[in-house]
Amino acid sequence: MNDLEDFTAVLDALCPLHLMVDELGAIHHVGPTLCKILKTEGMVPGNFWGVLKVQRPRSVVGMPGLIAQTGKRLHLALGCANPIEMKGVLVPLSAGQFIVNLSLSMSVVDAVQRYALTSTDFPPTDLTIDMLYMIEAKTAALQASSKLNHRLAGAKVAAEEKAQTDTLTGLKNRRAMDLALDRLHSWNSPYTVMSLDLDFFKAVNDTLGHAAGDHVLQTMAKVLLEETRDDDIAVRLGGDEFTLILPHMTDPKTVDGVASRIIARLSAPIPFHGQMCHVAVSAGSAAFDPKRPLSREAVQEQADAALYASKRAGRARHTAFSGDLHEAPLAASTETATR
Amino acid sequence: MHGLVNCAIQGFAKDTYGDGVWLDVVRIADLDFVEFETMWMYDDAITPRVLDALSQVLDRPRPDVMEDIGTYLVSHRTTEPLRRLLRFGGVDFVDFLQSLDDLTDRARMAVPDLILPKMELGEHGPGEFSLECHASIAGFGRVMMGVLRSMADDYGVLAVLDHNTAAPMKEIVSIHVVEAEFAEGRTFDLGVKTA
Repeated sequence: MNDLEDFTAVLDALCPLHLMVDELGAIHHVGPTLCKILKTEGMVPGNFWGVLKVQRPRSVVGMPGLIAQTGKRLHLALGCANPIEMKGVLVPLSAGQFIVNLSLSMSVVDAVQRYALTSTDFPPTDLTIDMLYMIEAKTAALQASSKLNHRLAGAKVAAEEKAQTDTLTGLKNRRAMDLALDRLHSWNSPYTVMSLDLDFFKAVNDTLGHAAGDHVLQTMAKVLLEETRDDDIAVRLGGDEFTLILPHMTDPKTVDGVASRIIARLSAPIPFHGQMCHVAVSAGSAAFDPKRPLSREAVQEQADAALYASKRAGRARHTAFSGDLHEAPLAASTETATR
Repeated sequence: MHGLVNCAIQGFAKDTYGDGVWLDVVRIADLDFVEFETMWMYDDAITPRVLDALSQVLDRPRPDVMEDIGTYLVSHRTTEPLRRLLRFGGVDFVDFLQSLDDLTDRARMAVPDLILPKMELGEHGPGEFSLECHASIAGFGRVMMGVLRSMADDYGVLAVLDHNTAAPMKEIVSIHVVEAEFAEGRTFDLGVKTA
């Protein structure tokens, strides 16, 4: 008997969440921390089944079933209203006596609050305190991280709003073009706007896929950059629409030269993964002359009108805007239709 | 230096003296941003520059400022989570002192790239301790003085502290625990959710 008392003292120190039961389920001893929990719950430790329910394995009913699970992990629930989940293991002690040791496991955060547990309720070697420490430390670290993430997400949106680059081709975007045109107009500098359109682009996309389409757009971008000066601005407006802004270049022959080189290079088939993409470029240009000032929108409209004239005239060509272009459309479209 | 350390200094300046003081520090330390990010790494040279700037703006010796930072770290409302984490270290003040040896490892468990200065506790008889701090930042021992003074209050312990610099990067805080149960300490509830 003295031996058993010594032994329970050892267990109380090392496993304060244990209890001792006999084969009928009567509780003979309860560890100090479990005692505190039961007291808080207003429960009297008389019979095992009056205190704990076995949730898993579900087959366990009554003491023989429980004893059959010797050494295996048990999922238990303590208390009636809003029970607390615990893990447990049963080991035989001596004839007809068993120890069930429990752990708070995942309920630990709730349990320390609910039962006002302190460091002294856990043995010094128990990891519970370290686990609580880690939960609080990680929560604080995660909060700091997620605050940073929120700020970065906001900064990303702001940066995108300010961005002036088309992500697919690396060319400038519409915002950059507007800013450039504003600058040219505020200095009253001469320049030429050239609108360019990729013909048959949709067919490439539909038959060879979007990757082929993207490749064509990137090839177009490469050609535009190579065939223009460093100060020229190559813009992708979206889809297969491009624009060039050529500051201080208003000589019709020079402009036509630039357009012709671009058109010629894009007329050659573009290889993509063993297949050929066939496209063509139509272009239209309009010059801004400071002596006859027009709004930048008007200049762009003229370039677009010239572009449509090129398309109607059979594509893969360049048209410079001229005053009689407004009457030309009908004739041009008739010409296209009769081809 | 980890952003958490720089943020602690920034938090001290703003919470104690207001945003104006912090903006002066930013200007004098010549930072190219206004706020530190807690989870970013910064060049090691920035932290001493900020501390010197803070000492200049407050017109107080840097060791005093650093001790105040230590006090702030464990006693201000906004740093309550840190006090709690330190309290997890021990059930009483002496137990807490002994846990300081592990503080570096504990911190790294929570934030893997946070490297705190190494600390070593020596025991020299009943109630007599010394804390050896090996820090790259001069005056780190002063920060620990502030932390220890506040934690002694927290545990309700009367302790006398002294600081001396044994060598560059080796500062020693001597701790004399006069009365282990001097006053009612602040309670520490394991389960209080601070999040």
